[in-house]
Amino acid sequence: MDTASLIDDYFMLDMGLTPEERAVRDTIRHFVEVEVRPNAGRWWLEGVFPTELIPRLADLGVFGAMLPEEYGGAGLSAVGYGLIMQELERGDSGLRSLASVQSSLAMFAVYRFGSESQKLHYLPAMARGEMIGCFGLTEPDAGSDPGAMRTRALKTESGYVISGAKRWITNGNLAQMAVVWAKDDEGVIRGFIVPVESPGFRAKKIETKASMRMSVTSELYLDDVEVPQTALLPASRGLGSPLACLTQARYGIVWGVVGAALDCLAEVAEYVKTRVAFGRPLARTQLIQERLVDMLSRIVAMQLRAFQLGRLYQAGTLRPPQVSLAKRDNARAALEVARLAREILGGNGISVDYGPIRHMLNLETVDTYEGTYEVHTLAVGRDLLQENAF
Amino acid sequence: MKILVMVKQVPDTATRIRINSDGTGIATDGIKWIINPYDEFALEEALRLREKFGGEVVAVALGPSRVEEAIRQSLAMGADRAVHIKTEAELDASLVAEALGAVAREEGFDLILTGKQAVDDDAAQVGARLAVVLGVPQVTVVLKLEVDAESRRVRAERELEGASEMVEAPLPAVLTAQRGLNEPRYPTLPNIMKAKRKPVTVKTLEELGVGTVLQARVMALTLPSERPAGRILEGEPEETVRELVRLLHEEAKVL
Ligand SMILES: Cc1cc2nc3c(=O)[nH]c(=O)nc-3n(C[C@H](O)[C@H](O)[C@H](O)COP(=O)(O)OP(=O)(O)OC[C@H]3O[C@@H](n4cnc5c(N)ncnc54)[C@H](O)[C@@H]3O)c2cc1C
Repeated sequence: MDTASLIDDYFMLDMGLTPEERAVRDTIRHFVEVEVRPNAGRWWLEGVFPTELIPRLADLGVFGAMLPEEYGGAGLSAVGYGLIMQELERGDSGLRSLASVQSSLAMFAVYRFGSESQKLHYLPAMARGEMIGCFGLTEPDAGSDPGAMRTRALKTESGYVISGAKRWITNGNLAQMAVVWAKDDEGVIRGFIVPVESPGFRAKKIETKASMRMSVTSELYLDDVEVPQTALLPASRGLGSPLACLTQARYGIVWGVVGAALDCLAEVAEYVKTRVAFGRPLARTQLIQERLVDMLSRIVAMQLRAFQLGRLYQAGTLRPPQVSLAKRDNARAALEVARLAREILGGNGISVDYGPIRHMLNLETVDTYEGTYEVHTLAVGRDLLQENAF
Repeated sequence: MKILVMVKQVPDTATRIRINSDGTGIATDGIKWIINPYDEFALEEALRLREKFGGEVVAVALGPSRVEEAIRQSLAMGADRAVHIKTEAELDASLVAEALGAVAREEGFDLILTGKQAVDDDAAQVGARLAVVLGVPQVTVVLKLEVDAESRRVRAERELEGASEMVEAPLPAVLTAQRGLNEPRYPTLPNIMKAKRKPVTVKTLEELGVGTVLQARVMALTLPSERPAGRILEGEPEETVRELVRLLHEEAKVL
């Protein structure tokens, strides 16, 4: 077999996929190869998300793909959904972030905690990409410890008045609706659907990022934003509600980062075959071979974690600490693969003409968001030892 | 309008081809299979015609069970249903055309679309032979297509070497698609999921009354000989250019 196919699937996991899963993967892969990859470096440098991709992604059925058809989804399996994330992130982590937040955070929050009329009002429009959502949990002073949030939603006669600030919110300036998490009069965390045109709501794009430049990240300001009672996600209650959404998104990340790592290894494998130093191709040196094999080995481990997590998800037996361990290890492994790839490309490695530096810088975010490496370590530690060390 | 699209499954164009042990075919293990790209143009055109005039698009494919993937993909792109002529046998173009023709006769059709050739054997035979088997007009290598449903006529632009030709023909007819006819759509996820539920009829050669006695048989298959490594001229630009011109003149004899 040729190098490219070996990299993609060294352990022949393809065997365990359904024909639909394969078709979904191939469709998204083709789309990303043609529409995203050739422009990703430029978009990343410009620091803009190409919004023209949104209707294309919607037409393909990417948004809310796992949801039932009556809500605009495709009823896709968890493995199929994971493969979408993998292929999007092969293009850019920012592209995958847009889709993750839309599907696994915003749409999932409505699907899991919303009323039937909220679901019918929001989900089909979001699946069609006519409405983009963001998910506001993190605050300037509450990240790893979201329970410390300060945003309040106080009861009024007709609904709630929400005040506070959110920071690092993906899609903030692209969104038409925000799922905002706030504490009510009793100090219980509840979820609210806030249309961005609500008086007192403002989103400000963070312009200083050296990571995830293709993704829009914002600060949200809520100055006494009045929302009707129907804005409340009625089934949301307590920190467990946003965390349930995060488990979905983290599951997607476990798969997504495989794509970024695959793109890095594929690029260096081609490079070392043709780049000559000291009279021979880099590929014919032991140190370089060892590095590429290390990268491959990490990728295989990542793929196995992702596949098994998918099977657990589909069997209905997935436990959040398992997702924590896989998110922690896959994000870190992908980052290591990208760093190695960057290094092997030498001077070329610092240019976005090649994928690895962009993936590497993006993956610094992925290692941090949706729970940092340390936070997931403590989540697994608590599960393993039944001792809370947070 | 009822349109049949003949779809062949071929090795991915990016596959590195190896010859099998008896030297008459390619080794198929580890190969990624795709729909013949020219057949994708044909399918896309059929879907667009259906969107315009209504009716039905039926994909027809011939081959062993691996061909199901190409069928599913055709259904995922939007074909309404499919016929799978299931056989392990290696057929020549004449037998393939007969088998496809038998299905077409059973099904009935206003239009048959297929690729101008398959990228595996590059024979460009099946479309033309199929028209002969069915006794209907054929227009090959179509770049642009207009269908007038009322008068039941097609106007097609064909690609010729350095020119193009406008052809008119009555329906029913067989047309073969050239690159440039359209830009095939991506199968969307909802359609991929729906494809599972679309009907696929399986036929055997026996049921269709088609034999397996070949008129033409592959005797041997060989890989192209390896290209000798290139030569890099070193030195000052002026010298290397002079040397290059000399080599092109004296060794390659192209100047
Ligand atoms: C590009 C980007 C997009 C994002 N998108 C979103 C979004 O859409 N929605 C959203 O709500 N949030 C989003 N986030 C926020 C992200 O989830 C947080 O940044 C993350 O949870 C970490 O929080 P923090 O930044 O406040 O870091 P802190 O919580 O301040 O942590 C700082 C460091 O301390 C470590 N640490 C913290 N507590 C402990 C402990 N007990 N023991 C050991 N170490 C500890 C952390 O691991 C980390 O290394 C995004 C972030 C980025 C960068």
